[in-house]
Amino acid sequence: MIVMTKDTMQIVREQDVVPFRNRVREMCTKIGMSLVNQTKLITAASELVRNMLKYANGGKVVLETISKNAQAGIRLVFVDEGPGIADIHQAMRDGFSTGKSLGLGLPGAKRLVNEFDIKSATGEGTTVTIIHWKNGR
Amino acid sequence: MNTIAQLLQNNKKKILENWMQNQLSDTSLRDDLISNEELRRQSDELINGLSRATAGGNVDNIYAPEYEPVVEILSDISITRARQGFSPRETGMYVLSLKQAIITVLQDKYSEQPEVLYKELLTVNNLLDMLSMVTFDTYIKGREEVILRQTDEINEISTPVIRVWEGILALPIIGTLDSARTQIVMENLLQEIVNTGSSIAILDISGVPAVDSLVAQHLIKTVSATRLMGAECIISGIRAEIAQTIVHLGIDLSNIKTKASLASALQLAFSMRSVEVRKISKNTGFHIGR
Repeated sequence: MIVMTKDTMQIVREQDVVPFRNRVREMCTKIGMSLVNQTKLITAASELVRNMLKYANGGKVVLETISKNAQAGIRLVFVDEGPGIADIHQAMRDGFSTGKSLGLGLPGAKRLVNEFDIKSATGEGTTVTIIHWKNGR
Repeated sequence: MNTIAQLLQNNKKKILENWMQNQLSDTSLRDDLISNEELRRQSDELINGLSRATAGGNVDNIYAPEYEPVVEILSDISITRARQGFSPRETGMYVLSLKQAIITVLQDKYSEQPEVLYKELLTVNNLLDMLSMVTFDTYIKGREEVILRQTDEINEISTPVIRVWEGILALPIIGTLDSARTQIVMENLLQEIVNTGSSIAILDISGVPAVDSLVAQHLIKTVSATRLMGAECIISGIRAEIAQTIVHLGIDLSNIKTKASLASALQLAFSMRSVEVRKISKNTGFHIGR
């Protein structure tokens, strides 16, 4: 896998969500991703970024355009230094939320993108990595 | 009394003249935004305040009570300037050119005593640097206020409730739906339902760029609140890509009436209110001929 472009964005306030989403949209258009796949990735990214703001008071996102077997894609890494997730298994279940939300953010994001990876340790923070390929496969 | 206070008091006129000259000679001075008399009045006021504040001997803590009038004058000036559209450079130059003016006077007076000059220069430098920080702080604050006011205005104008038919309201939502927006949308909608006695509300989300679970949650809340008022809600403007995303996310909107376009939502609303829209043929009963 080759990383073509790399960029970092700090997310600290609610107002950062819209510019971040626009940035992801820009990257998607640049590699020629279809509208459906764009929307899927942007929605997943939006979920994860909101989680970061809500539970960890923000963090940073690494945005990368990647290429593998002549297939372009986008990798987003969400890094925060929040309280971490005690039980990842539970957090990935539909309808589970420690906040007052629908509890669909993490499992929904996983269903929306091609590759999803989450690492977390209590007290140290959470890192979520998602990859979405141009053709959505 | 310390040297600076003395200097300020005895050379008030000279310093003001120097300062005014500095300001007026600056090519970036915006004489279209502020008149010379106004500038002179502001500057005079500031020097007076500064000489009173330093009289007590305090030259390094601008947060002390005796500096309050100075900070107030400065804040006032920078906020006004931010609103008038001065650039940060222009606002910052205002205080920094005062430094230049005082230093010139100091140099004239102590040219024979380099040690005193050096010490006094440092003090003046410190004091005015701190004051210019105040200017920046308040300048940014002034700008921030402008931004906040605009945000409020955008929120207000971007949530109109339109009465499209007797008993039918439409609410086009444009932009991201966050908690604050939802609150305004909901308030406007519920109030309008009361005012017009409508029984159907159409929420059109064609202009919402992304529907994630938070937006969906806000929509569901709005629909529930509308139902509590005895009205029915239709969500329209669900584009193909958004429909797919909602399904993948696992959001259940099955007990809410949804439509792809505002037109089909309006049609549904008509049929719910037993209204029929028909095309009438213009030619019937109309005959031209001999």
